[in-house]
Amino acid sequence: MSGVSDAFAESGPSGPAALGWPRLPRWRGRLHGSDLRWSLAFVAPYAVLFTAFVVYPFGYALWIGSDPKLYGELLSDRRYLRAAVNIVAFVGIAVNVQMILALLLSGFFMRRRLWIKALLAIYILPWTLPAVPAYLSFHWMLVAYPQGLADNLISLLFGIEGPFWFNRGWLALGCDITAAVWKWMPLWTLIFLGGRMAIPQDLYDAADIDGASPYRRFVHITMPLLANLYIVSTLISAVWTFGDYAPVLFVSAGTPAFESEVIPTLGFHFALDFANPPLGIAAGLSVLPLLVPIMIVLMQRLKATEVQL
Amino acid sequence: MIASFLAVKRRSPAHYRLRRAVVEAGSLLLGAVILIWVLIPVYNMFLVALNAEGHNEFTYEILPSHPTLQIFTSLWNADDEDIRNIWPEFGNSIFIGLAVMVLTVVIASLAAFAIGRMRLARDWALSSAALLTYVIPASTLIIPFLRIMHVYGLIDSPLGVIAAEVTFATPYAILVLQHYARLIPSELDDAARIDGASVVQLYLRIYVPLMAPALAAVGTYALLFAWNDYFYQYMLLQSEKHTTVAMALEQFFDDDDAPWNYMMAIAILYALPPIAVFYALRRFMALGVTAGGVKA
Repeated sequence: MSGVSDAFAESGPSGPAALGWPRLPRWRGRLHGSDLRWSLAFVAPYAVLFTAFVVYPFGYALWIGSDPKLYGELLSDRRYLRAAVNIVAFVGIAVNVQMILALLLSGFFMRRRLWIKALLAIYILPWTLPAVPAYLSFHWMLVAYPQGLADNLISLLFGIEGPFWFNRGWLALGCDITAAVWKWMPLWTLIFLGGRMAIPQDLYDAADIDGASPYRRFVHITMPLLANLYIVSTLISAVWTFGDYAPVLFVSAGTPAFESEVIPTLGFHFALDFANPPLGIAAGLSVLPLLVPIMIVLMQRLKATEVQL
Repeated sequence: MIASFLAVKRRSPAHYRLRRAVVEAGSLLLGAVILIWVLIPVYNMFLVALNAEGHNEFTYEILPSHPTLQIFTSLWNADDEDIRNIWPEFGNSIFIGLAVMVLTVVIASLAAFAIGRMRLARDWALSSAALLTYVIPASTLIIPFLRIMHVYGLIDSPLGVIAAEVTFATPYAILVLQHYARLIPSELDDAARIDGASVVQLYLRIYVPLMAPALAAVGTYALLFAWNDYFYQYMLLQSEKHTTVAMALEQFFDDDDAPWNYMMAIAILYALPPIAVFYALRRFMALGVTAGGVKA
C-alpha cells in the first residue's frame, strides 16, 4: 500500500513526521473569561457522555459486584476456574504472537517492491472485515467436521484426516487464538511499519558503512528505537484482548462444555443465560487485578513519553 | 549506495548474486504464505455463499463444483423467509454506523481541541481518563446499561446504541487527534488570537481545516468500530424493526438449522462498506495509525 509512505510525505504543515515532533509549550498560562467558558463548553459533550455511559454504569457495576459472597461462588465454579486459566493463555499467546510477527513482518513490508505494496493492501483485509462475519467464517470452516475447509485442506495436503477442532478445550482455544491473531495482526503491522518509516535512513546508511549485518541493524537500531512503541502497543493490545469476547463467542462458542470459554464470554453466560447478572458482573470485575497494573504501566508510559513514535 | 558498492567489493559477485536470489526466493515464499493465511477465511465465505445447496448440509469442497449466484439474487429480492428483513437491517446498521461516525468526530475533536490547543488541562490527563474506558470489562456493563437506558428512556432505541458506541469510540479518537495536532504549530493559533479570533473561530477556521486528514481517519475508525460491534446492539435493541445485520447474523448462528450460505452471503455484503471506505481513505488511515501510535 502506497498510503503509508504518501501519508508521511504530506503529514501536515510542519513536514514529514520525524522522531521528535514539534511540541506545544508545556503550559501557556491559565485560561480566563470567555476562553475558559468556551473551552469548558467544548469539553462538555464528552464529559456528559463519559459520566452518563462510563462512570455511572461502572459505578453501578462496582456496587452490585461488591458482595464478597459472589467471589466465593465464582471460585467454587469449575467453569470459572477454567475460564480464568484460558483468558491468561488467550491474552498471553495471542498478544505476544501477533506483536512479534507484526514487528518482523513490518520489516518485510518495508521492502520497496510493487508486489509487496500490493500484498500489503490485501494483508490488511482481515482488520477491515467486521468481526462477526469474519469469526463466523472461521467457525464454519472448522466446525463442519470432517468436511470443513480446514480439514479438507489437511487431507488434500497431507493425506490424513484432520481433527474435530472443537472436541478438546485446548484445541478449540487454539482456534480462537489463531482467529484473533488473524484479525488484529495487520493493524499492529501497520503501526510498526509507520514506526520503522519514522527512523531516519542515515542511521541505517551509517551502519551499512560500518559493515553491520541485517541482524545487527535490527538489534542495534530498529529495536531500541521501536522499543517504546512496541511496549505501548503490547500493553494496549493486552487491555483490548482481555475484553475481547468476539473470537471465543463466535469461533469456538466455548465448546466443548465450557472448556474454551474465557472470562468475558462466561460473564455473558452467567448474566444472560443463567439469569445470574451479579455473578456475571463479579466475573468481569475479577480480571481487574490483572488489568489495573497493565493500565498503570501504560499510563506512566503515555505520561512520560506522550507516545512519541 | 556506497554501502552496497563496498559490499560488492568485499565479496565475490557470484556470492552476492546467490545471496540476492536466496533473499528474493525467500520473500516470494513469505509473500505466498501471507496471501494464503489472509485469504483462507475470506475464500471460505465465498465457497459457502456460492453454493445454493449448502443450506445446512455439509456438501463441502475445496473448489466449488457448481458455483452460482442464486443466493445473492435471493438476498437481493429478499424472497426467502429467512432473509425477508435483510434490507431494513442493513438500513439500521448504516444509520447507526453513520451517526456514530459523525458524533464521534464532533465530540472528540471538540474535546481534543479544548484540552490540546486551548490547554484547558494537561494532554495526558485526558488521554488517560479516556483510556480507562477500555479497561472496563463488557460483561460488567450488561445490567448497568440496561438499567441506565431505562432511566434515560433509551431502551430498544438506536439512540442508546449510538450513545454507547460513541462513548467507546471517542477515547481512541481523542488520542489520535491529540497526537496529530502536535504537527500544527501553535504559532498559528497565537497569530489568529492577535488578529482577534475567538475560540470558536480558532476551532472552525484553523483546527478543523488543518486537522481534516486526522478527522477523516478518526471518522473511519468510528465507522469500523460500529460495524465491528455486536454486543451493544444485541444488548440494547430488542424489537424486530431495530434489528441490525450483526444481530441478524448472530440469530442465524444460534439457530440449529442455520442457513450458512445466506449467512456467508450477508457477511460478504456486510463487509463491503467498511472495506470500500477504508481503501478510499487509506492514506488518511495510515496517517491516523502512525500519528496515533495506537489502534482502533
